[in-house]
Amino acid sequence: MSMQPIVNVRDIVKELGQGAGKVRALKGVSMSLNPGELTLLMGPSGSGKTTLLSILGCILSPTEGSITIAGEDTEGLSPEGLADLRRRHVGFVFQSYNLFPTLNALENVRLALDVRGERYADTVIKAETALREVGLANRLRSFPGNMSGGEQQRVAVARALAIRPSVILADEPTAALDSENGHAVMELLSDIAKDESRAVLAVTHDPRTHAYADRIIRIEDGKIIDDERRLTSGDNVTRYDLKRKRKLHA
Amino acid sequence: MILTLALRNLFHDRIRLGVTLVGILFAVVLVAVQLGLYAGTSKMIISMVHQAKGELWIVPYGADSFEGSGVLTGSERHAALSTPGVARAIPIVASFSKWQRPQGGEQLCVIVGVDAADGGLVPWNIVAGSTEALKLPDAVAIDRTYYKDLGVTGLNSTAEVRGSRVRVTALTHGIRSFTTTPYIFTTLNRGRSILKLPPDAATFYLIQLQEGADQGVVQAALAKRLPDVEVITKAEMKRRSIAHWLFGTGAGAALIGGAILGVLVGTVIVAQTLYSSTKDHLNEFATLRALGSSSGYIHKVILAQAALSAILGYVLGMSIAMTVVAISVDTSFPIIMTPQLAFGLFVLTLVMCAASATGAIMKVMKLDPAMVFNR
Ligand SMILES: Nc1ncnc2c1ncn2[C@@H]1O[C@H](COP(=O)(O)OP(=O)(O)O)[C@@H](O)[C@H]1O
Ligand SMILES: [Mg+2]
Repeated sequence: MSMQPIVNVRDIVKELGQGAGKVRALKGVSMSLNPGELTLLMGPSGSGKTTLLSILGCILSPTEGSITIAGEDTEGLSPEGLADLRRRHVGFVFQSYNLFPTLNALENVRLALDVRGERYADTVIKAETALREVGLANRLRSFPGNMSGGEQQRVAVARALAIRPSVILADEPTAALDSENGHAVMELLSDIAKDESRAVLAVTHDPRTHAYADRIIRIEDGKIIDDERRLTSGDNVTRYDLKRKRKLHA
Repeated sequence: MILTLALRNLFHDRIRLGVTLVGILFAVVLVAVQLGLYAGTSKMIISMVHQAKGELWIVPYGADSFEGSGVLTGSERHAALSTPGVARAIPIVASFSKWQRPQGGEQLCVIVGVDAADGGLVPWNIVAGSTEALKLPDAVAIDRTYYKDLGVTGLNSTAEVRGSRVRVTALTHGIRSFTTTPYIFTTLNRGRSILKLPPDAATFYLIQLQEGADQGVVQAALAKRLPDVEVITKAEMKRRSIAHWLFGTGAGAALIGGAILGVLVGTVIVAQTLYSSTKDHLNEFATLRALGSSSGYIHKVILAQAALSAILGYVLGMSIAMTVVAISVDTSFPIIMTPQLAFGLFVLTLVMCAASATGAIMKVMKLDPAMVFNR
């Protein structure tokens, strides 16, 4: 992995809430996401995973620290500037899918292309392609209400994929799914991560997802405590490069 | 996609859509009826003045309406005719009187006495009989829509007006007065005699100008020669009539007030439903924002919802309003719908709905896209 990282964050501090309820959710986090890798972000509840993912995806701005995404510095960008960055570079997958219940699968995916101002014909072609890639070619006109959780999450993955983003960020994408569907979604994400122009990060609790990871980052109490990378991909035994395993505790 | 999303959001909650449409429909119908009444009554009030052919009017000092004026002495005619630029000075008598129904009972009416041959004012929309027939003894023309008020059944019916016998020899359709008192057309002299006026009396002179004469110059010259009366333009005569009947009586203010009330109520209802719809779809708007949509895109979705509601509500409201218009045609208060009024109402509906969207737009402006994550 000698390529440039796609997302790079340095010394991120994030405070959430106000006054007495103020919480330091991230306490100095530095990390990069590399293309062609599926990275898992693991940690106990409340450790700051979602907060970090929001910052990586330019939904939240850090209290301190810097982010570059696909070579672009986010320093000083307005909310509109950040939105622009998201629509060009970031695909999101959420725990509860966040599909539009009044739009069918094809329309849900087209929406992500439409907000980019793409032409109607292009949105249809690209959305159909993305839905085929996630195995839903026969569900184009189905509405979320008539789909299983697994199918809905695959529509959400297609929506993230359709814009061909530099990075896909998934917050607990399997948490609401049974194990079979969870595996299917993880397999999809790891396939998507094989594209050498794209990084994929998935927040997860689920140890069963380890098998799909190229790299696992552990976070606790707002700090990265562990960052391990699998030596060779494609092994039937999962091994990690323990020499590169770093303790990042201060 | 913006339109699709707006449409789906709208039709997602049918009850709310129903409430929205009823709100808009209510506003459209109320405003259409009030403004249509305003237009209808204005037209009714100025119809006599409008039909009368004369660029200038010589009227008693302070005359404020067609039927409520005082009497001119008759000397004005010669002064007017000798003023350069004046082609004709046509006398008219018009005043309230009492019609005695053949079956008994009285009806207030307005006697309009003018000679058709003078070319100043003739009954229009004649559906039976003729202006020629007004020359017959006791002849009058009445409007068909007042049969019941006048206690007559058609041509050749007879009655009395302040003791003078009259006979209906011509019928018009649709010449109605704002005051609901029927206009009774007759000749100048018979009008004078019914109204017990002296032989030379008139309530107005219609001044017709010579070819090429300057209206302003003639008006000034007449005013100078006739210091005891007023010389006003046709437009001023219309303005005075409307001012007198619509605003002097408060009816105009009530109509305009009703229209404003309609707009206010409509705005409040639409603002309320649009806001609650936006609140229900907040998570979706946050998702849109997370997908990187500009805030303009989201505002457009909300405005499209408002515009679609406006169009639907307008179509429904106008179909009801047009029914009311059709029903009102021959009543005392006809409602008029003109293409201009219909278009203006459409623009007003759009503006009303756009204004209603401000609350919803302010709500999404405060949206935190981080709410898309389960925390
Ligand atoms: N809006 C907020 N206001 C205050 N504290 C918050 C807010 N959102 C999250 N937190 C706190 O920040 C910490 C990190 O939250 P989060 O990133 O959601 O953790 P995770 O996703 O790992 O469960 C938690 O202690 C949480 O309670
Ligand atoms: Mg979380």
